[in-house]
Amino acid sequence: MLKVKNINVYYDAIHAIKDVSFKVNEGEIVTLIGANGAGKTTILHTVSGLMKAKSGEISFQKQKIDHLEAHKLLQLGIAHVPEGRRVFAEMTVQENLELGAFTKKDKKAIKRNFEMVYEKFPRLKERRKQIAGTLSGGEQQMLAIGRALMSEPKLLLMDEPSMGLAPILVQEIFNIIKEINAAGTTILLVEQNANMALSIAHRAYVLETGKVVLEGNAKDLLGNDEVRKAYLG
Amino acid sequence: MDVLAKFLQQLINGIHVGSIYALIALGYTMVYGIIKLINFAHGDIIMMGAYFTFVCIVTFNLPIGVALITPVILCLLSGILIERVAYKPLRNSPRLSALITAIGVSFLLENVFFKKFGQNPIPFPQIINPSPISLGPLQISRITFITVLISVLLMILLDLFIKKTKPGKAMRAVSEDPGAAQLMGINVNSTISLTFATGSALGAVGGILYSIAYPLIDPFMGVMPGLKAFVAAVLGGIGIIPGAMLGGFIMGIAESLTKGYISSQLADAVVFGILIVVLSLKPSGLLGKNVKEKV
Repeated sequence: MLKVKNINVYYDAIHAIKDVSFKVNEGEIVTLIGANGAGKTTILHTVSGLMKAKSGEISFQKQKIDHLEAHKLLQLGIAHVPEGRRVFAEMTVQENLELGAFTKKDKKAIKRNFEMVYEKFPRLKERRKQIAGTLSGGEQQMLAIGRALMSEPKLLLMDEPSMGLAPILVQEIFNIIKEINAAGTTILLVEQNANMALSIAHRAYVLETGKVVLEGNAKDLLGNDEVRKAYLG
Repeated sequence: MDVLAKFLQQLINGIHVGSIYALIALGYTMVYGIIKLINFAHGDIIMMGAYFTFVCIVTFNLPIGVALITPVILCLLSGILIERVAYKPLRNSPRLSALITAIGVSFLLENVFFKKFGQNPIPFPQIINPSPISLGPLQISRITFITVLISVLLMILLDLFIKKTKPGKAMRAVSEDPGAAQLMGINVNSTISLTFATGSALGAVGGILYSIAYPLIDPFMGVMPGLKAFVAAVLGGIGIIPGAMLGGFIMGIAESLTKGYISSQLADAVVFGILIVVLSLKPSGLLGKNVKEKV
């Protein structure tokens, strides 16, 4: 479904992503794991068009997408839950969700998606008139996920959804990710919490300073001694 | 009774000029909200609105409705063009570069109109019959009445536009977080164009109303009302739309009361003095929030 081939990304002179290739098949949860600074977020930003690769190719459902501007990707079916949630803090929960459906014209579909998101996250429904900036971290994460679901994405990019959350909430968020995947959305997940990520993913890629150093089935990597030592503690 | 009547008269005059400042201040504050630029060329949009109206009425003798709509559309397009040509290429440069460019654009516009029309003030045609309406002891000019009515109406429309419509929500989203807005499928470039268009159209209306109130126009006429509107925007909290409206009215009323009770010469000093006092007590402006550090 998503194919990334030999991309190289630079921050000015710094070569941040070196010849990275990976793919995500339809229906999978694929995770990119690695230490802070390994380039995970940069890769997601490059896939969603917020950054441009200097070389290499990205294609989605056989269509080249590496030249497209970020705002066009949502219409193809790629939604992105960014690192740090980035909800619109001065707007209400409902307005945030409306913006998630910004590219949708079909009013009935928007209404249906609202019901779907509110059913998945009853707490968002209770707080729909509340300003997003006043929500707790976990609620903001739910809002960021719900906002992305409003566009009915085929592929959902998720950047560190567990960051800064209490362990019990982390478990809840990961259960939700599994549910979203079971309902038919393909997921590319970036995580520092490698244990959790590997426990729900089908396949995984391990990144180290901008390079893929290991790839395989998530189960195998969970049992891999090197991975355990480096990332699972 | 006389004392009260005089006070009310000055207050009404203040609301008159304040509503014009508020309209102009909206353009500064909207542009700042979305790209963090003080668009110093905005004052010259006022001047352009006045000259375009003059040309439409006096040179081309267009019917009044057309002669008032055309300048607004021309200013709206000029606003979009200025952003595309002068500011867009600098979007990722240091803010100071864009600010200096804005001053450059301002000089350019002033001197183009100076070359075309000369520096002598020309009389602005009479559009509204100035005969006053009497309300008891008060005399309210039709000009005041219509100016305040149009300004308040436009502010209400703007508020509805930004709160209720899709493009309005896109504007708020981009001003809060352009990156996240892009991830919602919002086209940031066209949203910025829309902001310049809206601000410039309001500036043009402000310019026309200003010229009706002070019917002599010259190529540098935008400088002073532009500066005062900018101060109004800062006073209310730059980037905050209700702040610009509040700031505009405060400026107008303070100016008018000073002219009426103290001295005309001191009016500008008092107005800018208020800014200094407010900013030293609340640096983010009257309605401004304290700036959060982003982690």
